[in-house]
Amino acid sequence: MTDELKQDDLVKINYKPPKKDWMDTPVNFRHGTYIYPARAKNLKYLDLPNPREWSPTDEDWKLPENWKDIILNGMKERLDKYRSFKVFMDICVRCGACADKCHFFIGGGDPKNMPVLRAELIRSIYKGNFTAAGKILGRLNGARGLTKDVIKEWFYYFYQCTECRRCSVFCPYGIDTAEITMMGRELLTLLGCNVNWVLEPAANCYRTGNHLGIQPHALKDMFEMLLDDIEDRTGVKIEPTFNRKGAEILFVTPSADYFADPGIYTCMGYLMLFHELGLDYTWSTYASEGGNFGLFTSHEMIKRLNAKIYAEAKRLGVKWIIGGECGHMWRVIHQYMDTMNGPADFLEAPVSPITGTKFENAKSTKMVHITEFTADLIKNNKLKLDPSRNDKLRITFHDSCNPARAMGILEEPRYIIKNVCNNFFEMPENTAREQTFCCGGGAGLGTDEMMEIRMRGGMPRANAVQYVHDKHGVNRLTCMCAIDRATLTTLMEYWVPDVKVTGVHELVANALVMKGEKERIVDIRGEPLKEKKGEDDV
Amino acid sequence: MGLIDILSGKKEIIEKKWFDMIAASYPVNASSFLKNQKEQFANPVGNTIGEAVHTVIDVLIHEGTNEKANTCLDKLVKVRAVQDFAPSMAVDFLYMLKQLLKDELKNEFHTGGVYEEFLLIESRIDTMALFSFESYLKYKEKIYELKVNEFKNMAFRLLERANLTFEFKDEGPAFEKSVLERDTVK
Ligand code: SF4
Ligand code: SF4
Repeated sequence: MTDELKQDDLVKINYKPPKKDWMDTPVNFRHGTYIYPARAKNLKYLDLPNPREWSPTDEDWKLPENWKDIILNGMKERLDKYRSFKVFMDICVRCGACADKCHFFIGGGDPKNMPVLRAELIRSIYKGNFTAAGKILGRLNGARGLTKDVIKEWFYYFYQCTECRRCSVFCPYGIDTAEITMMGRELLTLLGCNVNWVLEPAANCYRTGNHLGIQPHALKDMFEMLLDDIEDRTGVKIEPTFNRKGAEILFVTPSADYFADPGIYTCMGYLMLFHELGLDYTWSTYASEGGNFGLFTSHEMIKRLNAKIYAEAKRLGVKWIIGGECGHMWRVIHQYMDTMNGPADFLEAPVSPITGTKFENAKSTKMVHITEFTADLIKNNKLKLDPSRNDKLRITFHDSCNPARAMGILEEPRYIIKNVCNNFFEMPENTAREQTFCCGGGAGLGTDEMMEIRMRGGMPRANAVQYVHDKHGVNRLTCMCAIDRATLTTLMEYWVPDVKVTGVHELVANALVMKGEKERIVDIRGEPLKEKKGEDDV
Repeated sequence: MGLIDILSGKKEIIEKKWFDMIAASYPVNASSFLKNQKEQFANPVGNTIGEAVHTVIDVLIHEGTNEKANTCLDKLVKVRAVQDFAPSMAVDFLYMLKQLLKDELKNEFHTGGVYEEFLLIESRIDTMALFSFESYLKYKEKIYELKVNEFKNMAFRLLERANLTFEFKDEGPAFEKSVLERDTVK
C-alpha cells in the first residue's frame, strides 16, 4: 500500500507541467520532432550561406559570427519589401480566433503551435528591435531580445507549420501565419539553418528539373513502365511525346506522379485521358517537376524554380500549360508566379481545343488546373464514362490545402468524382473545403524522421476520415496533391488502416471508356474491378 | 448502500474530475481547450478522452465487459502514443482514476463495508492499465514500422540503387552562373 501511494504521488508530480511563460520554455529537440538539417553540398549547390555539417541537437549550431546582424538586417529588409509582413507584425489583436485552429495544436497540444503564438515567436523580436514601445517596455509589451535560443525555437516551430493557411480562414484581420512561417524560414536560411528534406529536392530540381534528379533517359524509361501497365490493363497502346517543339500544350505535374505509388495511377489517368482526346500536348524532361520546394525555403528560391517551367514552355514554343494534381505548385502559380516571373506574355490565353472553353482565370499565368480542364470536358459531354467501374470504392474527398484555400478549387474535383463514381461521401463540414484539415506533412515536413509530429498533426484529418469510414464504409480517400498522396497513405496506415489513398484522375482512368479498349476486368492498379463476394472490404 | 450505488450517484462528478485530470496532463492552454471545445471534429483529442472516460466508468459501474472499455482505451492510447509524453505519462491516466476513486471514497472507507468491493474494481482498473500498456507498445512499434517502410520505399533510394538518378558534386561558380542564366525567362 505504501509503495502504491508513493507511485501515485510520483504520477501526480509528473503530469502537471510547470506553468511557465512561453518565452521561458526552451525547445527540446527530441527524435521524431525535428527534420534533419540540410547537407552542406545542397546549400553550396543552391548558393546558400553557411554550408556546414551540424545537428539541431548540438549545443553549437555553428552560426556565422555576425548572426544577430544578419537576422536583424534580414528582418528590416523584409519589413520594407513585403508590406504584408509588416502589417501582420503590427495588427494582431490577440483575439485568439486562430488559436485552436491549427492541426498541430489540436492534435498535439503544444501551445507554441497555436498560430497566434507561432507568429509571436517572430513578433516578439520585431517588437523588441523595431518598435519604440517594445524597446521601452520590453516583456510587458511582448518584446524580447534576440538570442541563439530564439533561433533554435524558430527552427523547431517554423518546421512544425505546414503553411496550410487554415488559421488564416478564421482570423478577422486576414493574418496569414503561413506567410509568417515563410518569413521565419527565409530568415533561418540566411544563417544556413535549413532542412535536408526541402533543400535536397530543391537542389535536384534546380539541376535536373525534378526533385529526384531523374535524367531525361531515365524519365522516359519510367514512362515506358506506366505505358506497358496501361496497355496490359486496357488494351490501349499510348505513345506520348517528350520535349516536342511546337506542341500546343505543355503538361507539368509533380514528379511523384510518375515514380511513386499511388501517384503513378493518377499519372496513368492523365496519359489515358490525353490519349483519348487526341490532345496535341507534350511532356518535358526538363520541366519535369510541378512541385516547388522553393516555397518552403525563400521567395528567391520559388522564383528560380518556377522560372524553369516557363523557360521550357518558351523553348518548346507551346501555347499554354496544363498542370497536374499538385498542391503547392498551384499556390506558387496562383499567388506568386505573376509578380515573380510573369506575366507569361509569350504564351496564349488558354482555350480548350476540345470544348472551346476559354479559361479566363488563367489568362495571365497561362496555366490551367487539370481538374478545371477535365470538369469542362465532362460538362460538355466529351467523355464516355462508366462510373460503375469504381463501384467497389466508397469514396471521400480530402480538399488539399493549397488548391482549396489558396486557389478556391472546390467544385471541380467534386464534379469529376461524382461523374466517375457512384459512391461519394463528404466529410463533416468543419473539416472540408476552406476548413479542410491538413495532411500534417506538407511544406517539407513529410519525411520519415518527423513521423510523430506528422501523426499528431494529421490526427484531425484522420479523425474525420474515420467518421465517414464508420458511418458510410468509406474505403478510399481521394485528394489532388502529390504530397498528400504520400503522407495521407502513411497517415491512414496509422489511424484508419482500411482506407487507401487515390488521386482524382485515377478514378477517371477507371471510368474512362476508351476507343479500342478491351473488356476491363481489372482497375488501373491491376486489381479486380469487382470484389469477389466476401472479400469486399466495405 | 453498496459501492456500485455510491459510484452511480457520483458518476457525473467522477467523470468530470477524471477528464480534468487527464486534460491537466497537457500544457495549460491545451487543457482548457480540451475541456471547453465540445465539437467532436474541432476537438478530436478531447472527444477521444471524453469517450474513454465515459465508457470506462460506465463499464466499471454496470459491470460491463472490459472489451467495451478496451476499444476506447486503445483509441486514447493511440493518440497519446504520438503526443509529447514519456511512456509512463502516456498511460498513467488509469492510475489517476484509481487515485481519484480513493479520494472520492475516503468517507465511505471510514464507515466501512465498501473496501472489499473497491479492491475488485481496482483490480479491474489494473487489468485495463495492462491492456493500455500493451496498446501503447503496439502503436510505438507501428510508428517505427511506418518510419522504416517510408524510408525503404522512398523512391529516391530505389532509383539511386537502379542508377537512374544523377548525383551532383560541388561545381564551381562558373557552372552555377550558367545554370542561372539558362533558367531566367526574360
Ligand atoms: S498555417 Fe497551418 S500549420 Fe501553420 S500555423 Fe496556420 S494552421 Fe498551423
Ligand atoms: S485570429 Fe488574427 S488577430 Fe486574432 S489572434 Fe489570430 S492572428 Fe491575431
